[in-house]
Amino acid sequence: MNGNPQLDERGELIHLLSLEGLSREMLHNILDRAEPFTAVAEREVKKVPLLRGKSVFNLFFENSTRTRTTFEIAAKRLSADVINLNINTSSAAKGESLLDTVDNLAAMQADMFVVRHASSGAPYLIAQHLAASGRRHIHVVNAGDGRHAHPTQGLLDMYTIRHYKKDFTRLTVAVVGDILHSRVARSQLHALATLGVPDIRLIGPKTLLPAEAARMIPAAPLAVCHDLAEGVRGADVVMTLRLQNERMQGALLPSPQEYFKSYGLTPERLALAKPDAIVLHPGPMNRGVEIDSTVADGRQAVILPQVTFGIAVRMAVMSMLAGTSGGAQ
Amino acid sequence: MKIAIQNGRVVDPAGGVDRGAGVFVADGKIVGVGETAPRGFQPEAVLDAGGCVVCPGLIDLSARLREPGFEYKATLESEMAAAAAGGVTRLVCPPDTDPPLDEPGLVEMLRYRARQPGFAQVHPVGALTVGLAGERLTEMAELAEAGCIAFGQANLSMTDTQVLMRAMQYAATFGFPVWLQAQDPHLASGGVAHDGAAAARLGLAGIPVLAETVALATTLQLARATGVRLHVRRLSSAAGLGMIRAARAEGLAVSCDITINHLHLCDRDIGFFDAHARLDPPLRATADRAALAAGLADGSIDALCSDHTPVDDDAKQQPFDEAEAGATGLELLLPLTLKWAEASGTPLVRALAKITSEPARILGLSTGCGCITPGAVADLCVFDPAAPFVVSRERLKSQGKNTPFLGRELRGEVRYTLTEGHLAYSADRLLG
Repeated sequence: MNGNPQLDERGELIHLLSLEGLSREMLHNILDRAEPFTAVAEREVKKVPLLRGKSVFNLFFENSTRTRTTFEIAAKRLSADVINLNINTSSAAKGESLLDTVDNLAAMQADMFVVRHASSGAPYLIAQHLAASGRRHIHVVNAGDGRHAHPTQGLLDMYTIRHYKKDFTRLTVAVVGDILHSRVARSQLHALATLGVPDIRLIGPKTLLPAEAARMIPAAPLAVCHDLAEGVRGADVVMTLRLQNERMQGALLPSPQEYFKSYGLTPERLALAKPDAIVLHPGPMNRGVEIDSTVADGRQAVILPQVTFGIAVRMAVMSMLAGTSGGAQ
Repeated sequence: MKIAIQNGRVVDPAGGVDRGAGVFVADGKIVGVGETAPRGFQPEAVLDAGGCVVCPGLIDLSARLREPGFEYKATLESEMAAAAAGGVTRLVCPPDTDPPLDEPGLVEMLRYRARQPGFAQVHPVGALTVGLAGERLTEMAELAEAGCIAFGQANLSMTDTQVLMRAMQYAATFGFPVWLQAQDPHLASGGVAHDGAAAARLGLAGIPVLAETVALATTLQLARATGVRLHVRRLSSAAGLGMIRAARAEGLAVSCDITINHLHLCDRDIGFFDAHARLDPPLRATADRAALAAGLADGSIDALCSDHTPVDDDAKQQPFDEAEAGATGLELLLPLTLKWAEASGTPLVRALAKITSEPARILGLSTGCGCITPGAVADLCVFDPAAPFVVSRERLKSQGKNTPFLGRELRGEVRYTLTEGHLAYSADRLLG
């Protein structure tokens, strides 16, 4: 499986597994498709019939109320039937394998699986299995796999940046925090590089950066920096990452307080960025850990618009994969 | 049974021989090598080796048979058929069976089950510690009497360096070799792939090269202090190889091997989470692979092994980090040796040494094994070096069908395998 398994022979998207390998045109195309869906949310009847009669299975092997809800809203606004399944890992460990679960649900005439899994690459395994068993008509959307990817989050971040900054090719973007464990960061980096951002800075302590971080995305203009002030200086976009609770104390970091001291985004540090710099966060935020409340609630934060755009982007992705022709009439 | 192998190209690495000759076998021994049969030799069977190479039977320094304990992954019968089809006539099995090979009775049973005509000879490595738990020493003298050729921990590491030192001291007392894989369990903890750019991109937890070099530093120092004969199995990194070279330069008698997978593949071959490339130790960077290939050519690495590990589909068809590590290899050892020989320009006689005479030397079998001379055991492999084939599940005789080489075209097809003069495998038809 060395080709890009999310594209068909003609280069069209059949699954959304990662932003890796998607062309600049494809990314812009998805963002363009999302634009009219933002208007759907403002209508009195917030529905379009693009996925009418289709069944979308939210297949969450790892709990995430927020992400699941945004996918559910997106699917329902497209008139799909949504089935939510929370398969916690302990019951999976009791017997049924991942692929057995998939086979069972596929037999229930699913049209799309929205998959969240703790293992990097799990949605690839599902997509490959569906292809190998002649069920290519079932689409897979990766809703977050291990540390690997969270492509719809990456897309909604790109939508947000494009909304405020228009042109990617002149931007300086700082990505701050736990890049080692972040699927969000990996999706952001692929997209930023593909969209032509010339200066991408990875900022964090050495314990939270991957080995060979500057080479982790082929041909991307990545620079590693351990000093937040230096890293955000002159930035147009500051992308903060969530620090998972279990990583705050132990062998990676001594304490959340000490993390905030060095890597918390404070108004003073943000002041080193461009005056019109925007601040993103994938949520849920740890105020006083990775971000100061003044910044989170300040005029440069675009964290709530991100959530709104997220619905539109997910509608765009789902309708491109499984929708009938036509946009948001 | 008297067998004449005619018209072949005899390649005997032990004697540096590469010439056209017949090989004549009687009563399990080689009785003649040359243009003509020994006086009065009346063969009951004549094998035509035209266009083929006749070499000593392959000796694989690491092949799991999965018995006892994992018969759902493989059985002695299935893996012995794979060995015969791969030209392998002797193999070393690591002690990580279930239960582990830590009691003489288990070793005797395994050896007894494997002692059948046409089966490869099994040389078990006994467990160095009871249950491979790294706490108490096994009865090494008893285990050696039962047939263990060395002692080791299979893939497991020793966390307690005091126990490791004592195990080495005890083994050294009796001259038993110790076979270890160098991997620090703490540095490797949770990791599933080489800690490099590919793992960073894919979001896979990394195992740094340091896991190998830190453990190797400890192991080499303890070997030096205890005087134990050390064999480092499944080396994976350029830095680790550098340490082996340095230790040798200082006069330490240490041998090492690498696997066919690490000789040919690197972390990029994981592609998009291909669990076939989930191996232990992990596939490392391109530069590591190149260094290992160079080390094999220049003699720094003594031997090449298949590290045959049959893994069932249920354990392999999992997300990459949950998939069981390991790949089938008995039937790929020869073709992947030939592939390396061709790519590196290594003469056949030197390339085949890595899977015949060198493993024999490491095992201390040098007299009458792993060579083609009158009086030697008639363990022989006859293969067509040019014949192409595609690695497929259907073709593999091993019960383990998983390997990163599935779908690849390789060259080198075994025509006949003889174990102690018995025709164990024939590509024409299988004989009993």
